[in-house]
Amino acid sequence: MTETTPNIAFTPERMAKVQEIIARYPAGKQKSALLPILHVAQAQWGWLSDKVMDYVAGILEIAPVEVYEVATFYTMYHLQPVGKHVIEYCRTGPCCTMGAEPVYEYIQEKLGIKTGQTTPDGNFTLKEVECLAACGWGPVFQIREQYYMNLTNDKVDEIIADLSK
Amino acid sequence: MATKILTEHINVPGIETLAVYRKMGGYEAVEKAIKKMTPDEIVEEVKKAGVRGRGGAGFPMGMKWSFLAKPEGVPRYLVCNADESEPGTFKDHYLMKNLPHLLIEGMIVSSFALGANTSFIYVRGELLYVIDILEKAIAEAKAAGFLGKNILGSGYDLELVVQPGGGAYICGEETALLESLEGKRGNPRNKPPFPAVKGLYQCPTVVNNVESIATVSWIVNHGGDAYAAIGVGRSTGTKLISASGHINRPGVYEIELGVSVEDFIYADEWCGGIRPGHYLKAVVAGGSSVPILPAERILTTIAGEKRLMTYESLSDGGFVSGTMLGSGGFIAMDETVCIVRNTWNYARFYHHESCGQCSPCREGTGWMEKVLHRIEHGHGSMHDIDLLVDVAKKIEGNTICPLGDAAAWPVASAIRHFRDEFEWHITHPFEATQPGAVYRGELELV
Repeated sequence: MTETTPNIAFTPERMAKVQEIIARYPAGKQKSALLPILHVAQAQWGWLSDKVMDYVAGILEIAPVEVYEVATFYTMYHLQPVGKHVIEYCRTGPCCTMGAEPVYEYIQEKLGIKTGQTTPDGNFTLKEVECLAACGWGPVFQIREQYYMNLTNDKVDEIIADLSK
Repeated sequence: MATKILTEHINVPGIETLAVYRKMGGYEAVEKAIKKMTPDEIVEEVKKAGVRGRGGAGFPMGMKWSFLAKPEGVPRYLVCNADESEPGTFKDHYLMKNLPHLLIEGMIVSSFALGANTSFIYVRGELLYVIDILEKAIAEAKAAGFLGKNILGSGYDLELVVQPGGGAYICGEETALLESLEGKRGNPRNKPPFPAVKGLYQCPTVVNNVESIATVSWIVNHGGDAYAAIGVGRSTGTKLISASGHINRPGVYEIELGVSVEDFIYADEWCGGIRPGHYLKAVVAGGSSVPILPAERILTTIAGEKRLMTYESLSDGGFVSGTMLGSGGFIAMDETVCIVRNTWNYARFYHHESCGQCSPCREGTGWMEKVLHRIEHGHGSMHDIDLLVDVAKKIEGNTICPLGDAAAWPVASAIRHFRDEFEWHITHPFEATQPGAVYRGELELV
């Protein structure tokens, strides 16, 4: 939740991953690595601060603005600090058809925050997203790579209790 | 027993591993294609099969392949569109997580047919766990000699790269996807030039959907004619349908094209009918972009014929009384669904996902969302209904890419078929019940 430290650098393991990603593309086309590298950066810092984006621009030898315009276009990149667990819930038609709206109201009530906010203990951030391609198992939300499907209030209780441990 | 081209072995334990996948006949198509066929012969079989783009547009795949420019000394690319984001559609997600090798095998054969030495699978970024599954499978295939340098001793080289997206519906549009793959915002390009001439890195490129590429192995193994023998007319082969909404058995079903819509909804083999005590009111048959139809119109055409799950039958009647097969995102809704609220939800989606390049779409989607929001929340006027129709009309056909059309059609069709319900909302702003026809074996009004 605090500002990132001034000395920004990928961990050695992540730097190796970044280099491996850049090597996937033809020579001179290293900008193709931008989206994947921003995911790696977000995994390390939790969100993308200006400093992190400048750092990525340096690695790819592109202008910082080329990173900003991409980071602001795609919804998966967090441009503000987020909590430990970001709950990204699907608000699109098929999930709502399956009764998603009351479940999401329940989550907000339970955590005492509105969509877009983070709990005071820094544990949870709530984010609305569009269709997650799991419509047959709605309502759905995602926390990092994990999908949680066929959500009910009881299931939400369980998941949040589990993650609060 | 219906033919299953893609999902026959989906329930075999361990099918995500190379060993089990090979035991079930996997990678035979790679051996056959690379050792016994020329690239042109493969293209010819795909053409004969008549398989149509499964991402939604339904454009014949073989024809798309044959447009690929082949200038000397310029690399060519195959890009698999796995940016599945069309609301109601989750078949590619299902296919990739369960059968990663099916897609990889299809990618190898297709890349060989097109002469690509680096191919990409662009997966929506949210499916991080699927990306892991695919990368693991690619490593297995590489270790077995199906990928990398000199595949099966043929001299053919292929690298396969899995590229994550960043969460943008628009990147499912092929030129936006290419922009994104180049590390840019997903703004669709003007066409021409088409990707077949200037695509990724301005080189000739084919972009195909996951399901389309996954069919290629079967076509190579069994021949295009055998594929074309399945289905009805120009709707050849099988199609994965993502079934969601108020049905008893939601999930992904591989159907032979030509099953009747009624059977698909009510037969136990597929959706198993509408949930107990409720009745079908409306269906969105091909992902949220296609026109919504009321129960009676999705089950029968205006001429009274049973509607079939084919490209032609679903679009019978044009947009006046028909819809589209699209991506096969089949959303069934019962009488509890409020069409106004549902339409507002989708309008909000398209407004959120518009890339902002073209004014009619950027502004129009916002206006539609706003007007629908006020009708839904009790502040609408009768004039708003015509205003919506007018805005939808002005978006349609006036944008670089089809997102504008995709945003306009659900609104226009909802008003076309459920105008009463919009009027009801305006005259009875705070009442919950909505009028509408439902299907109970025969049509009844409730």
